[in-house]
This record gives sequence, C-alpha cells and structure tokens, in this order.
Amino acid sequence: MRRDGHRPRRGAGEPSWGLMWLERQAKQPSPSGGGPEQTGEGLVGLSVAAALAGPGYVLSPTDLFSPASSPAQSVYELSVFVVAVALAIFVVVFGLLAYAVLRFRHRGADDGREPPQVYGSTQIELAWTIIPVIIVIVLFLSSARVIAAVQRPTLPEDAVRVTVIGHQFWWEYRYPGLNVVTANELHVPVSDPAHPRPTILTLLSADTDHSFWVPRLAGKTDLIPNFPNTMWIDPHRTGLYEGQCAQYCGTQHAKMLLRVYVDSREEFDRWAREQARPASPGAAVSRGRRLFETTACINCHTVAGTAANGRFGPDLTHLMSRETIASGAAPNTRQNLRLWIENPDAIKPGSLMPAMQLERQELDDLTGYLLTLR
Amino acid sequence: MSTESVGWTPTELAARPLVDRLHGWVTTVDHKRLGILYILYAIVFLVVGGVEAVVMRIQLAQPHNDFVSPQVFNQMFTMHGTTMIFFVAMPIVFGFANYLVPLMIGARDMAFPRLNAFSFWLTAFGGLLLYFSFVGGYGLYGAGTAPDVGWFAYAPLTSKTFSPGHSTDFWTLSLLVAGIGSIGGAVNLIATILCLRCPGMTLGRMPLLVWLNLTVAGLVLLVISPLTAAQMMLMIDRYLGGHFFDTQAGGSAVIWMHFFWVFGHPEVYVLVIPAFAFASEIIPVFSRKAIFGYPVMVAATVGIGFISMAVWAHHLFTIGMSAAANTFFVLSTMAIAVPTGIKIFNWLATMWGGKIHFRTPMLFCVAFLFQFLIAGLTGVMLASAPLDWQLGGSYFVVAHFHYVIVGGILFCLFAAFYYWFPKMSGRMYLERLGKLHFWLFVVGFHLTFDFMHIPGLLGMPRRIYTYEPGRGWDVWNLIVTVGVVFQVVGILVFVGNLLWSLLHGERAGSDPWDAWTLEWSTTSPPPEYNFATVPVVKSRRPLWDVKHPEDPDWRYEPGGAG
Amino acid sequence: MSTTAVAAPAGGLRWELPSPGKVGMFALIAAESAIFVIFVVAYLFYLGKSLTGPTPAILHTPVLITVCLLSSSLTIHAAVAALRKGKGGLFAGAWLLTFVLGAIFLGGTAREWGHLIRVEGLWIDTNLFGTTYYSLVGLHAFHVTAGLLLLGTVAVFALLGKVRREHAEPVDILSLYWHFVDVVWVVVFTVVYVIGR
Repeated sequence: MRRDGHRPRRGAGEPSWGLMWLERQAKQPSPSGGGPEQTGEGLVGLSVAAALAGPGYVLSPTDLFSPASSPAQSVYELSVFVVAVALAIFVVVFGLLAYAVLRFRHRGADDGREPPQVYGSTQIELAWTIIPVIIVIVLFLSSARVIAAVQRPTLPEDAVRVTVIGHQFWWEYRYPGLNVVTANELHVPVSDPAHPRPTILTLLSADTDHSFWVPRLAGKTDLIPNFPNTMWIDPHRTGLYEGQCAQYCGTQHAKMLLRVYVDSREEFDRWAREQARPASPGAAVSRGRRLFETTACINCHTVAGTAANGRFGPDLTHLMSRETIASGAAPNTRQNLRLWIENPDAIKPGSLMPAMQLERQELDDLTGYLLTLR
Repeated sequence: MSTESVGWTPTELAARPLVDRLHGWVTTVDHKRLGILYILYAIVFLVVGGVEAVVMRIQLAQPHNDFVSPQVFNQMFTMHGTTMIFFVAMPIVFGFANYLVPLMIGARDMAFPRLNAFSFWLTAFGGLLLYFSFVGGYGLYGAGTAPDVGWFAYAPLTSKTFSPGHSTDFWTLSLLVAGIGSIGGAVNLIATILCLRCPGMTLGRMPLLVWLNLTVAGLVLLVISPLTAAQMMLMIDRYLGGHFFDTQAGGSAVIWMHFFWVFGHPEVYVLVIPAFAFASEIIPVFSRKAIFGYPVMVAATVGIGFISMAVWAHHLFTIGMSAAANTFFVLSTMAIAVPTGIKIFNWLATMWGGKIHFRTPMLFCVAFLFQFLIAGLTGVMLASAPLDWQLGGSYFVVAHFHYVIVGGILFCLFAAFYYWFPKMSGRMYLERLGKLHFWLFVVGFHLTFDFMHIPGLLGMPRRIYTYEPGRGWDVWNLIVTVGVVFQVVGILVFVGNLLWSLLHGERAGSDPWDAWTLEWSTTSPPPEYNFATVPVVKSRRPLWDVKHPEDPDWRYEPGGAG
Repeated sequence: MSTTAVAAPAGGLRWELPSPGKVGMFALIAAESAIFVIFVVAYLFYLGKSLTGPTPAILHTPVLITVCLLSSSLTIHAAVAALRKGKGGLFAGAWLLTFVLGAIFLGGTAREWGHLIRVEGLWIDTNLFGTTYYSLVGLHAFHVTAGLLLLGTVAVFALLGKVRREHAEPVDILSLYWHFVDVVWVVVFTVVYVIGR
C-alpha cells in the first residue's frame, strides 16, 4: 500500500503541530498493514489533533461540526435542531417497538387461543397522523428560513468575486476585479463579522458536472456546463480549509481536491498583487523555458508575459506559490513536478495531462524552469 | 381428488429427463414458474452485485489503496448500482408479485401469461447485455469496458465526447430493454388485479400485498417511461447528432437530471412498497392478529405513490435551483414521511397485544421495522435542503439509501423468502440456519451501514476510488469493510439453507404458518391450476373465517357478508 | 393432499369485472403517454433556446393530414360498431378507410420532412429545435407506423372474410390504441404548431 507524504510548508496560518503529528501517524507503515493498533492510534491522534489544531475543527478538517463561515454555520445550527427532533422521534418509536417485541412475545405455556383481533382505532390513527404533520411543518419552516438566508443574502458591494471553472480534474480561479488567474488553490480574505468581506463564487464548468464542497465553509454547490451557479462564503478565521469535488466527473474525480487559504486582509492583498504580475521579468532564457515554449506545453498552459497562453490546463504563471500540484494530489516539490511531467499516471492515473516523452536532461531543465515561476 | 403438482416431487424427478424439465422451465407461461425464475435470477445477480461491492470495500478499507485502478473502481460502483436496482430489486418485485398475486386473489394465472414470459425474458436479456459490456465495449479514456458513468449517468459525462466507445451504450440499451419488460409486467399485474379476482373479493377485501402491488404497478407504468424517454434522447445525442444534453449547443445537462430523477425517486418506492407488502402479510400472521387499520394502510400507500412523483428534485438540491423550488421540494419530501410513518405505527399496533412468534420471517420483519425507522429519520434529515447541501453526495447519503435498501427492503425480502419458501417448494427450511443467517446479517449490516454515516458527516464524498489520510475517514471505512464479511457469510448460509432444504427439507403442508390468505388454502407447491375450485370469499381473511366459523372476520368488516 | 376448501356455493352472487384486454390496453396507453410527456416537456423547454439555425417559424401547419388522422378515429369507431352488429362488409370498408387515412398522414409527414431537410436545412442534428422537433414528431409517426402495421394485419384478415362478430372485443381494444395515437397528435399538434410558434 502506498502512502503519499503530505508535508505542508510552515508559515502563517498553516496546519499546527497537532495536525502534522497526525499526518506522520498516517504515513507510518503499520506492521500488519492497517491493523487495530494503527486505527487505535488514529483515534487517539484525531482527538489530540483536534485539541491542538489551529483552525479549530472538532473531528476532521472536513467535518460538519466546525463551521467557519456563515452558510456552514446556518446549516450546522439547523442540523442540530433537526437531529434533535429525529433523535426524539427515534427514542419514542424505538422504545415502543422494543416494548412491543418484549411484552407481547408468545410464551410457550398459554391457552393456544388467538389474541383479540383489533382492526383499527380512529382516535389513535388520527393522533399519529396529526403529530407527524405538525413535526413536518416545524421542520419545513425551519428549513425554509435557512434556505432563504443562504440563497438570498444581502452581501456588501466590496465582496471579493471569484469565477470558479471546473475542469476534469482541476479547478481554475479567475478574479476579474483583480486581474488574477490561478489554479487549484483558492485564496480569499478573512471576513470579520463586524466588517464583513465575503467572497462570492461564480461556478462554471468547462466540461462535465463538478461540485465545490469545502464543508467547513459552506454546503456544496454544483458546477454544471451552461448553467452558472453562485455561492458565497465569509470565513471568520484564517487558515487552510479542505474539501474536494463532490459530483462524479470522471476517472480522477477522487483527486480533484480543494484547498482554500483564508488569509488576513493584508496577506490577501499582497498575494493578489503578486499573482497579477506576469512571470518574473528578467528570468534568463533558459533551456528549460525554451523547451516549455517549443514543446506542446504552451498548447495547454499559460505563463503570463510569455508566449504560453493555453487555456486547457492550469495557469502556471505563479506555480511555485502553490503548496500542491495536480489539484492537491501531490505536494509541490521538485521531485513531484518532475514525476508529473514524466509520467502523470504515477500520481493521478487517468488525468488529462499527457506524459511528455522527454529525455532525462530535458526533464531536469524543464523542472528547473518551472521552479522559477514564483 | 388428485392434484398434479409442478413442484420437485421425487417421482417427477425420477421420471422426466433433464432436457424435458429444463425445456418446461424455459417455455413456461405459468406465473409460479416465472415468479421463481425472476427470483432465482435476482439471487444470482445479488451475488454478482455483492462481489462488486466487496471489491469496492477492499479498495476503500485504507486510504491511497491500490487494490484496483480508478478505472475499474468507477466501473464497480456503476455496475453495482445498476445491477442491484434493475437486475436484483426489480426482478424480485416482479417475481414475488407474479407468484403471489394470482394465488392471493383466487385466480388461476396472470391475465396475460405469454406477456408474462416475454417480460421475464426481456429483463433477463437486459442483464446479460449489461454484463456483456465487460467484453464488448470500451469506455472513458479507452480503459475499461463496463459502463463507468455512475448508475444515474449524468450528462454530459455520457456524451460521446466524454464517454467514447460503447460502455455507456450498454448501460442505456440494457436498461431500455429491461424497462420494456418491467412495463409488460406492470400491465399484466394491473389487468390481473382489476379483472381476475375471485367472486366476493372486492377491492376492499384484497390482501394488502395485492393492493400494494397494484400501486407499484401503477407507479412503474408512469415512471419507467421517463427513463426510457431520456435514454432514447441520450442515444439520439450519441448516434444521431442530437443536442438534448449537448451544452455546447445550448442544451441542458440539468434536464437529464430532472428526467432521470422523475424516474429515480418513484423507483425507490417501487422497490420499497413490495417490502411493505411482505411486512403487511407476515407481521399479522406471526403476531396472530389482523393488520391494524387496513383502510388507512391502503390509503397511505396510494398516497405515497402519488406524493412520490412530486419529490424528485430533492436529489437536485445542490444543482442551484431557486430558493422557491428548493423550498417546495423540502415540503413535498417531508410530507411523504407522514404516510410512511403511519405505516410503521400500524405495524407496531398490529404487534401490540398480539402473541408474537419469533420465527425467521418475523425476525427479519422486526429488524426491518427498527431499521426502516432509522432510515426514514436520516431521510428526513436529508429532506431539509440545507442539510442536504452538506450531506448530499456524501457517504451519509450512501449510508441512508443502503439503510433503506438493505436494512429495509432486503430484510423484508429475506422474510418473504423464508415465509413463502414452504409454499413454493413444498419443503421447510432449517429454522436454525435461518436464525444464524439473521444474526450474521444483523451484525454485518449494522457494522457496515451504521458506521458508514460517519465518513459522510466528516466530509467524505461518494464515488471516489480513494481518499486522503488525515481527514479522519480511515478507521470508519475499515469498520465498514469488516461488516461486509459478516454479510457475505450470512448470504452463504442463506443460499446453503435454501439449497439443502430444497433437496432434503421436511415436507411442508399447505399451511405451515396457520395463515389466513388464499395461497395457504392450496397445496405446497400449488398445482398448475392453483385451486381445485375457484374460491368465493366474504372477508379479508378467508382462511380465518374457515378456521373460526364462530367469529368470522366478515362480521366486523364494512359490507358484511357477501 | 390437504387443502382448505374455501369455496362456498356462489348462489346468486353477481360478479362482473372489467375486461383484462381493455384494462391492459389502458395501462399500456398510460405508460406510452408518460414517454410522450417527457418529449413534449423537452420540446417546450428548448423553445427559443437554439443558438443557431432554423426556428419553428419555418413550419407549415399540416391541416390536411391532421383532418385525415382525426377523421380516422371516426371511421375506426364506425368500423368497430359495425363489427359488433355483425356487419362484416361495413366493418371492412370503414377499417380500410381508416388505414388509408392513416397512411395519408404518414405520407404527408414524410413530405413535410423532405421539404424541411432539403429546402430548410433542418435535421435532427441541426440545432435544439431540430432535435426536439424530429424526436417528438418522429416518435408519434413511429407509433402511427406501428398502428398501421396492426391495422393492416387486421385489414388483411378482414379482406379474407375471417373477421367476425366474436372478434369485436380484440378489435375494439386495438381501436383504443388508434384513438390514443390520435389524441397524442392533438397534443403534439398543439404544442408544435400552435404554442411553439
């Protein structure tokens, strides 16, 4: 069994020691290949990590109990209420069923006569019709309220606007107001509840159906070709929020991961300014860059400020500002980059990146060039 | 009076050559034989679909596992879902309906016996066509041949662009063919129930199983057709250059979703209502009481049938419908919980004050009640659109619907197998093995499907061939996989019990359970013509009247005698 | 063999249930109607959404063939009524007339399609209008064709003098299918030629 390492860089807002400890646990090859010791450790690790983790999630970076943004918060509060009602119904009906099963067992030593035949009772049947109807009405009204709150919000004018375009199997992000085009790692500013600055996402698709799901920020909304959707988030705390595509879109649906970086205002502004710049000027025209611009790379990829302006694959202008490649499938390291270009199937079998059939030296040069794209 | 039997009597076995006997089965138009053929067909595909599930669970037991490639995994979940719905659950529905309905209404066969045979063989062919895809087609990215677009085959993933080759066509055509078989079966059921009831059996005196199958047949007529239509449209897109779902030409991917779920949601009621029917026959007999509230049970079922056609878009809460549309479908979906809950209460009230005998069929029905309650409650949670925005498309949904289909429907199916096995075969099954099967399955079912809710609550989407460690999903997936082992053993015990009992089981009389509906008034197995003389009935429980002449049912039913 | 005798002398119990053939045909009609509903929904949904190509404005209202098809419902009704009364000759004549009227409908449809394809350049792959129009009208024409095959089979037997009064019930059931085909045309006509333009 392969285990991919997951080594996030340290810096502001990145996962805490607790989370890193947990990930180290996950990487240990276990003696019996995943036996009880590991799962036991996993459970302990989860609880410890939960206690130490920075962004403050309860059980997992993608759980539904640690909302960090208003839409997720509204859903979470409603879910507590709905679950409570369901639990109450369960206790009552389960109790009655259990009682009936125990109390009305046929006991061997009885007179062998049939019990009284009861065909119905209008009052009882009325009661157990009316009570469920009332419960339904209550649940319906509370749901309707949250639907309105999430789907018809009043959002401030200066909300950040991002266009998200789903591809097989990566995410394209365009910030029209900021002249930024990037891929796979979304940056948004934190939204202080006193002075909210939400982010509005317009969801489009370039090919098949996808779905944007970062549980701690909001419920999922689908990306459907020829059917634009909108959603919004207003994350209250900085940090990294994870998720993944939630609508089956083809072979590598499982690795179309989502990473949303919630930055402080200043960090976000700085990030946006850097992303808007073309590729670092003055980069020597290296062998690697020449390779990039004369091989098929430019058919699919864009490097702003150069001849490369393909739109089929992710924008690589600031590739090295990202922590992962292949939409979260692997950490962004020299080794992984080289492997990705040489044989994408080793990292993400079935992705649409072709193996580039390059020689060893060419691969090294090309990787070297990509490493300059900060 | 001599009665010929079509059962496996030793004299017959000895007398006729194998070829003759097989020929008899292949050319039969007898509803009982066709019913058994449907059921056996379903059991075979249950095993096949189960193997596909085992493959998936092994792959998902650990994160970043490489037991199978993503291409194979994607075929597995597509084939598992398609097989289980269309070639296990639907044939079972029609199998039991075919076998039981004519017997229960005192008829000699279905209204259209040859149409009956035609329907079965069409369905059977459809299944074979689907599995031929492993040999005959090629799919996404040339890798793999069976369909890999998911059992609901969303556009535009199914267009020629994203699904070159023929794998999707196998999905489309096999279901088209099977769908025609289903419509034939439904036409037959409706005509039989409305036109062939024995004298005295008014609609108000039919066994609940018959009422529920009538509702199911009506639903099938109305909802298989939208799928058929959508599939025709898909073929037109793929082969005639049509643009129904071609988003590049201004077409809509969403309209496929609507058409599919207009079929897809009522379809799950097509599958569950027969399970209700079994429970409604078995629970009274083993509680020794009449069903509580017969008229309301009928009304609730018909109500469920109607409302079920107005809830489909709760599968589409995440696609970006308007707040108004989302709100409406929340209301309709929650509304359907009311008649459904009523039925649970009626079964509970039937048991209440009774004398419950916990034979194997009743064990499965009791477990069904508990499990269906839970499934219904997780359904109510999902019915709230905002909750669905988080839980939809995740393992919470997968857990919910497996809770209904396995915990609800399959458990009732097992109950029905054990209950009517003596009637169909003339032999009793081994009660101890039946109970062993039950307990193994209860443990396995709960290990797998209770814990499956948790990864959903922790953010795990469905239809992924692997997942990231560090999201807390690992241990729950492992437990889910372990539960599968118990279920597999349980199924083996079940099949073993059936086979052994068929050959060596104790002879069952015509009425081993001391039951009250007409099928128990004839031999086990029934002769080809079902009844020596056509019965005349005066109440809902004709055999109760016979066994209790001092206190017959018809004294208490509206309409009285005759 | 032990059986529990449930039969009691019926003695005067009136027990009449509908004819299975009729019920079966109505059930089939319900299923077929559901298929047509989906194609109609697709047609209406895509009205005005074609990005390029011809629009419904190019359609000519098919008045003549509509009159023919709808009249054929009258003639088939007359045929069945005649057969019930045992008037074989009248039955055969009305039945053949029904067949001819149906054939005229198909022929007219074919002519219109020829015009649309050759002159207007509209085929099923042209645009959304083409796809939905040919699918809907084509599905109906397919049902007319199937109906004509069935009608034709009966016509052959009628001409051979083999259709008698006792066959009135199955023939009536077949006529129900034909009436269904006509009703569908009323709907399709309204959707395509009235609402759609």
